[in-house]
Amino acid sequence: MTTAITAPTIVRTADGVPLKAKLQRVERVRRLRAFALVAPLLLFIVVTFVVPITTMLYRSVDNPELAANLPRTAVALKGWHGQGLPDEAVFAALAADLAEAHANKTAALIGKRLNYEIPGTRSKIIATARKIAEVEQGPYKDVLVKIDPTWAARETWAVLARTVRPVTSFYLLSAIDMRLDADNQLTRIPSSDGGIFLGVFWRTLVISVTVTSATLVLAFPLAYLLASLPTRMSNLLMILVLLPFWTALLVRTTAWVVLLQTEGVVNDALLWLGVVDKPLQLIFSRFGTIVAMTHIQLPFTLLPIYSVMKTISPSHVRAARSLGAGPFYAFWRVYFPQTVPGIAAGCLLTFILALGYYITPALVGGPTDQMISYFAAYYISEELNWGMASALGVVLLTATILLFLLYSRLVGIDKVKLG
Amino acid sequence: MAVAPYATPIERAWHYIFRAICALVLLFLIAPILVIMPLSFNSEPYFTYPLPAFSLRWYEDFFTSDRWQIALKNSIFVACATTALATALGTVAALGLSRANLPLRGLIMGLLISPMVVPVVITAVGLYFFYSSVGLNNSYIGLILAHTALATPFVVITVTATLTGFDTSLMRASASLGAPPATTFFKVIMPLILPGVISGALFAFVTSFDEVVVVLFLASPEQRTLPKQMFSGIREQISPTITAAATLLILFSVIMLTTVELLRRRSERLRGIRG
Repeated sequence: MTTAITAPTIVRTADGVPLKAKLQRVERVRRLRAFALVAPLLLFIVVTFVVPITTMLYRSVDNPELAANLPRTAVALKGWHGQGLPDEAVFAALAADLAEAHANKTAALIGKRLNYEIPGTRSKIIATARKIAEVEQGPYKDVLVKIDPTWAARETWAVLARTVRPVTSFYLLSAIDMRLDADNQLTRIPSSDGGIFLGVFWRTLVISVTVTSATLVLAFPLAYLLASLPTRMSNLLMILVLLPFWTALLVRTTAWVVLLQTEGVVNDALLWLGVVDKPLQLIFSRFGTIVAMTHIQLPFTLLPIYSVMKTISPSHVRAARSLGAGPFYAFWRVYFPQTVPGIAAGCLLTFILALGYYITPALVGGPTDQMISYFAAYYISEELNWGMASALGVVLLTATILLFLLYSRLVGIDKVKLG
Repeated sequence: MAVAPYATPIERAWHYIFRAICALVLLFLIAPILVIMPLSFNSEPYFTYPLPAFSLRWYEDFFTSDRWQIALKNSIFVACATTALATALGTVAALGLSRANLPLRGLIMGLLISPMVVPVVITAVGLYFFYSSVGLNNSYIGLILAHTALATPFVVITVTATLTGFDTSLMRASASLGAPPATTFFKVIMPLILPGVISGALFAFVTSFDEVVVVLFLASPEQRTLPKQMFSGIREQISPTITAAATLLILFSVIMLTTVELLRRRSERLRGIRG
């Protein structure tokens, strides 16, 4: 063994490998082992959660309908720069594509997609496709304009040129009430014309902020009481907080539906007490939505505040009092600042969860209390407009991820607690 | 928190006002649950007090009608499968996450927790597209996989919490006495973290058992679960059978809550933490 003579400064293990390299190797193996334990779940989450959501994100810009069904028009329109009407070659390409679409029965699909951009186009496309299929020869420009004057409008062609591309900004822009006009300029969609989404986002924000504030106002005193009572007593009262927390969301929502009905328990009690003369409209209202959501979210806000308050030593306030601070001053300057991390954690969690509410507003709220999630679900199940549903999902997901990052920065992911 | 002997009359008054406020908040929390339970014993199909007479007819309806029984069976089946899958995946991942030398821990943890935070509608919409391209829509497997993705964060969080403060020298001691890793896992680690694993499993079960949005999107009437049955029940015409179902589910939550609470105490005792 010559190791000690040739390299006296390098410490080696029994098998002659430098200790540093050996330690690195061991460390690498350990890292791999740790990763191997996490790998199955990571793979599972990526396949069943991350990939589906990423594909959904792509659908908000995906625009396959026209690119697939109007291939000749797509090629021909590349030469058109948006000035005046396109030339005869483009009209001929469109005529050929539409005739083929009529034969393949895909004209309705093209019509549906163009109808999003120019309302009322659907029937025009189907009719044009049916009629053009019988035309033997051109000039197609005159034939098409004769079938429907919409083909003489530059706007139609501007929209067509934009919509035959395989990627579109249409859905994402619509989700923020914007659209491109014939000159590719951004314009606001007026609310009379379906520009409702900024209003929906605002409403989602207002409801979430109201619910978060309401849970804070209710949770703070209760958390304070629970944290200052003797353990036996506070454990007992804690059951009253945890029982709703463990009860199914739908059970609690059902309970609120039953309570708030026009013929329900709350109205009966109010009538009996003589507070009101006739039943109040409590269900299908903003009030009902906020009450039910506050009830469901209250434990989420309360538990982090409670666990922070548990760690605050009562001697701090006593010291402040003995130094001459009044009861409110001692609370406000000494106790309250120490609870801020808990308030931040609880409120942020409630706010994040409130943004995505769907079931409770759908059952307890009225038509004007529905939040973003409702519209995403609506475009999937009622309108079959996947692009629009995805675009709304993108906005909601972006807001959620940003808030979650804020949460992990402020609170730490490890601090997420249950019960 | 008794009133201090030196308290002024205003402080004394505030002390009682404060307790009254807290009592009202507790009432708000518990009232919906307390109100709905007696209504399930109403002999008439109304949701008002006082009850004309006591009756078990809505429970009879719940236990005899096909609609509710199929929903109950589906719920139990999907929740059990989800629990098994989520607990296995989540526990193993938590063991990895608690090792000091895991690279990119923050990113991995964020990714594993994300199904809990991302609005369920987004998950459901994403899975709806994804499943329609692989043919898993309207299938039990699709539903179970989706619920497992939603449930694993709860298992990861509870088991990771149990593992904080886990004395790793126990593992070394076991290895130095000649135990292979599998023996160490089953004889040393598992008994210590078992309360956390069971809590996680219960969370996973409840997550699946309560979940309705994913079911609305991905399941056909054949796979309808209890929450979905309740959802459509409230939407169409609200029958008192829903209150019977709700009462049974509340009893179920009470059992779950008690079990988890007992397990948490046991776990803290095992790990030597005084609560």
